Amino acid sequence: MAEPTFLDSTEMVLNMGPQHPSTHGVLRVILKLDGERVRGTDCVIGYLHRGLEKIGENRTYAMYVPYVDRADYVAAVSNGLGFCLAAEKLLGVEAPPRAQAIRVILAELTRISSHLLWLGTHCLDIGATTPLFYTFREREFIMDIFEKYCGARLTTHAFRIGGLQYETYDEFLDECRSFCEWLPPKLEEYDRLLTGNRILIGRMREVGILNAEDCKAYGVTGPMLRAAGVKWDLRRAQPYSGYENYDFEIPTGERGDTYDRYLVRMEEMRQAARIVRQAADSMPDGPIMAKVPKVIKPPAGEVYVSVEAPKGELGYFVVSDGSTQPYRVRIRPPSFVNLQALDRMARGALVADLVAIIGTIDIVLGEVDR
Amino acid sequence: MSLRKFFRTVFLVDLLEGLGVTFRYQPTKNVCTEQYPAERPKIAERFRGAPRLNTNPETGETLCIACNLCAVACPEQLIVLASERNEKTRRKELTTFTFDISRCMFCGLCEDACPVDALELTQDFELASYTREGAIWDRQMLEEGPKPTRYKY
Ligand code: SF4
Ligand code: SF4
Repeated sequence: MAEPTFLDSTEMVLNMGPQHPSTHGVLRVILKLDGERVRGTDCVIGYLHRGLEKIGENRTYAMYVPYVDRADYVAAVSNGLGFCLAAEKLLGVEAPPRAQAIRVILAELTRISSHLLWLGTHCLDIGATTPLFYTFREREFIMDIFEKYCGARLTTHAFRIGGLQYETYDEFLDECRSFCEWLPPKLEEYDRLLTGNRILIGRMREVGILNAEDCKAYGVTGPMLRAAGVKWDLRRAQPYSGYENYDFEIPTGERGDTYDRYLVRMEEMRQAARIVRQAADSMPDGPIMAKVPKVIKPPAGEVYVSVEAPKGELGYFVVSDGSTQPYRVRIRPPSFVNLQALDRMARGALVADLVAIIGTIDIVLGEVDR
Repeated sequence: MSLRKFFRTVFLVDLLEGLGVTFRYQPTKNVCTEQYPAERPKIAERFRGAPRLNTNPETGETLCIACNLCAVACPEQLIVLASERNEKTRRKELTTFTFDISRCMFCGLCEDACPVDALELTQDFELASYTREGAIWDRQMLEEGPKPTRYKY
């Protein structure tokens, strides 16, 4: 056999990350390359592992709530909502209607803020620098609402088991409403800037296709699943926290490519604004905290509660042994499960497209590694 | 390709529309960047920032009754306090109080637990210090609050 010459193609192994800016944190992808083509990927995760699930085993239920905010720190409210619902189910209590409506408002605002962050960084990855500044400006409004409501901007710790700690501040509902008025024109602006843009379409169309069968096989949820044409949304399929009272559409795509996912998320922001407006208009009066014992000591048993987080199905599996601390907490993070599909989407793509594909999954490494 | 689409493609209408959005934001009245530290942000009333141990404004005595509830409520167990029983009044009196803000996650559970609103998370947010020890606040620091350098422009 002749010696390989420089004319022969050889497979090359390349590390992308963990410090690569467009891996959205500390994801390391080992790429097998044939020229510019990706022949295989291997994700190395764990750089941000903090043992969140283990921490849960030696904190009381109430103490663990601020920790779950650190999983998906971009949408901390959804995390808190999921865990509080799980603990409430264990205890057999339900938050009062007013608390539920406020929870819905905050959860939908966090969905908008998460999608805005995704939009900015995703476009930045594929070469559009401007939208990042615009989306952060919009996001700032949501952050301000959070700050005024609960005192923190990112890791909010807004909910408590059994309801809420804080009553709304005076202008809360007005500010939510005016934000919902203000957002759609801004989304139109993004549409003008991006949706028809030929460079963006060129970078996104037919890139990272994942069809419905693959989505289901990998357990992919959230906007990625909906972009593949499956109308599946936990807020509709198994309503929690009073979502059955609100009227909203579930946007779906057809091809399941990056561009469809972009359109689905854009539409989700509009729908989220709609839900916020409805919740603000029909805000019931009443207490914000259910009758929960001072020391939370749920009976032995196990529950699985999942919510529709901005990134997909976020589930909490909590096992109680009857003591004040959970026996086991297992978090089913959407980013972690969705990330599995990376290899399927990236095979055969160009290296430059890989950046778009990682971006379109919308991962948060805090949640992947926990 | 329809004529309209052909026209739009040749004259780069999609790109120009996008540029239009960008140029609409050129007037300085649209600037929304905060020039910190020259311009200080408006902090919400409920903001959970630097901890403070409140004192009675008239007598200067601490409000804390040394009940230890905050230390128990804290998930990070970073509050350590000591107390002494006053023989005359038969009441517990606070002697030392340390608060390790380097481990604090500003969750607010301690201030929720305090029965007399002695411990409070305030609007101060400039908590940097040059040493690790500087992040461990003692009682005096907690009562007086942080004194960050204010830069002049
Ligand atoms: S804010 Fe939270 S972490 Fe910090 S001292 Fe209070 S209870 Fe502990
Ligand atoms: S809970 Fe309040 S009163 Fe009790 S020890 Fe802490 S600061 Fe003092």
